[in-house]
Amino acid sequence: MKSASRQEEWTEIITPRRGLWDIPLRELWRYRDLTWLFVLRDIKAQYKQTILGPLWFLVQPLLSTLVFFFIFNRIARLPTDGIPPVLFYLSGIVLWSYFAECLNKTSNVFTVNANIFGKVYFPRLTIPISVVIGGLVRLATQLFTLAIIIIYYIYADEYRFQPNLALLLTPLLIVLLAALGLSLGIIFSSLTTKYKDLSFLLAFGVQLWMYASPVIYPLRAVTGKLRDILLLNPVTPVIETFRYALFGSGYYEPGALLYTALFSLVAFVIGIVIFNQVEKSFMDTV
Amino acid sequence: MGQTVISVEGLYKQYRLGLVSTGTLVHDLNRWWHLVRGKEDPYQKITITNNRSQRASGEYVWALQNINFEVKQGEVLGIIGRNGAGKSTLLKILSKITGPTKGQIKIKGRVASLLEVGTGFQPELTGRDNIFLNGAILGMTKAEIKRKFDEIVDFSGVEQYIDTPVKRYSSGMYVRLAFAVAAHLEPEILVVDEVLAVGDAEFQRKCLGKMKDVSFQGRTVLFVSHNMTAVESLCSRAIMLKEGMLEKEGTSTEVVDYYLNSGSFDRRRFAYTVADEAPGNYEVRILSAAIENTSSQNPDDVIDVTSSFDIAFKIINTSKAERLYVGFDLCSAKGDVIFGASHTFAAPFGVPVEARCHIPEGLMNDGYYSIYVYIYTSDMRQIYKNEELLTFQVRDVEREMGFMGKINGMVRPKLNWHCNVLSA
Repeated sequence: MKSASRQEEWTEIITPRRGLWDIPLRELWRYRDLTWLFVLRDIKAQYKQTILGPLWFLVQPLLSTLVFFFIFNRIARLPTDGIPPVLFYLSGIVLWSYFAECLNKTSNVFTVNANIFGKVYFPRLTIPISVVIGGLVRLATQLFTLAIIIIYYIYADEYRFQPNLALLLTPLLIVLLAALGLSLGIIFSSLTTKYKDLSFLLAFGVQLWMYASPVIYPLRAVTGKLRDILLLNPVTPVIETFRYALFGSGYYEPGALLYTALFSLVAFVIGIVIFNQVEKSFMDTV
Repeated sequence: MGQTVISVEGLYKQYRLGLVSTGTLVHDLNRWWHLVRGKEDPYQKITITNNRSQRASGEYVWALQNINFEVKQGEVLGIIGRNGAGKSTLLKILSKITGPTKGQIKIKGRVASLLEVGTGFQPELTGRDNIFLNGAILGMTKAEIKRKFDEIVDFSGVEQYIDTPVKRYSSGMYVRLAFAVAAHLEPEILVVDEVLAVGDAEFQRKCLGKMKDVSFQGRTVLFVSHNMTAVESLCSRAIMLKEGMLEKEGTSTEVVDYYLNSGSFDRRRFAYTVADEAPGNYEVRILSAAIENTSSQNPDDVIDVTSSFDIAFKIINTSKAERLYVGFDLCSAKGDVIFGASHTFAAPFGVPVEARCHIPEGLMNDGYYSIYVYIYTSDMRQIYKNEELLTFQVRDVEREMGFMGKINGMVRPKLNWHCNVLSA
């Protein structure tokens, strides 16, 4: 009787393997302050190294827009679905780069943080989560810029800006991108601890993926089988919905968004499970 | 002493040697296939015992094998053993940095581990920001840190610079601030590695003093160290690991005595023919090292207090530096530094250089000693250190007078005496 009650008092039992669903969510919550401090650390450290500071957040999407404008609009003459090309490209780039950032930065969590992970334990998920939250700051400044440029178009170009109610879905779109980027990122980071080759694949893959997403062309310009393939890409409905919400032209289909949501959810569950397993022993292989 | 707060049961840890290659994937698939069929891991059978002196032939090695022990609440347990005996692996498993291969550890209470001070310090951030960040990494909540903030700053003594980025701190300030954060953790169980005890003497005293305080407050401490003096004075009990197995358990005095007398102390010479296997890294390797008796024909003869001897290293420099700065600390078996010596010399890239330091006769006391070596480049960047490169014994000799007990002191210099009988 006495020994039985003693057994139950153990606060923790360290065992070789964790159950597949034995995910320490409560612990993650206990370390929520740490997650937040990581977000602040990354933002502050980024600001402090530069003169322009957060302005760099704007240079990259604006330059990309310019390049796309000349190459794909002026030279290749790809259509932009009746939307002024600058607005068309920028709206796509802003969302895409948030997704790419989430994916890239979470895909090397284990290797980049091996030093600190080797010295102290805290729930490793705090780092990828902080990356995704930190990326929101950059996304917010870029969305703000997009707003300013739209206003410029309204006044200088007499552009008839007609957003619709779908705009209310924007927070959901961002959550979907974050979940998708985070999930795929942590799956990659878990696999790269053992199989380093995959990190080469990712850098290349993300670039290719952008061309398989409607960033530089509207989905409407694509027909037949190719269009079906593009619709399998879970990022497609997000970008198209965003353009539809802002400019009234784009592919808006709740079913497609639901597909993205399901895809993200499945990836998220798989990601968390794999990450949780790898977290325990990656120090031996990294 | 109260209840058991840590119970280590049948703990094993396996490591894979060598490089990751295509074999990794094949092994993983094979292991997974055995697991699916409910069979034993095929690679655990061919794992060899952790023994550094012998070149490993298998691909896997047991860093820990069947470790069992318990720790009671309020106990300070010392963990000792030679380098590579498995102490750090045990700490890593206890701190949840890596998982065991077999067996389990049951723990009662919150564990904080200090394997390094200042983990996660971000140089661009201010002292204030880093206190919060480091505190949270070590497991404190923001509210806890806020409550103790003034105390931490006070303890560190860097008040004036608290809003300066830590990259502008001197290394002393940096360590003080980092230690101040760690010292204010309030876990039920504290796991401390000896790396904490590096640094200047004052800092060491502060660390050890703080650990004593912690144990007086009824908390449990696990302490890994090479310094037997510290283990004896701080710990009530100790365990000794040898080649990944638990060799001895008991009061700290018992275990320390056993360790010092167990003959694990005699590694006077080693030499490698393949440079890549020699101790070191891609910047420098120690191809061979030896303690050579120079009073005798045979350099491997027993060294006694009347012998002179050389400490010789053959080093190959593969770093960009043109000169190396090689030093050693000669330490007592208990881990106290008796003296240090260093020298700087030209070391052309890829060419072996022999460095010899002569220790005159009539300097050493009898006892067991070890050599800690460290190598710097000419710009004072440390590229290598080894905390127990060589170990050796200095024997006593018969003396003219009857007294045969051990003569006190770290060294036993042969000094000149002049005696005159004065007429009355």
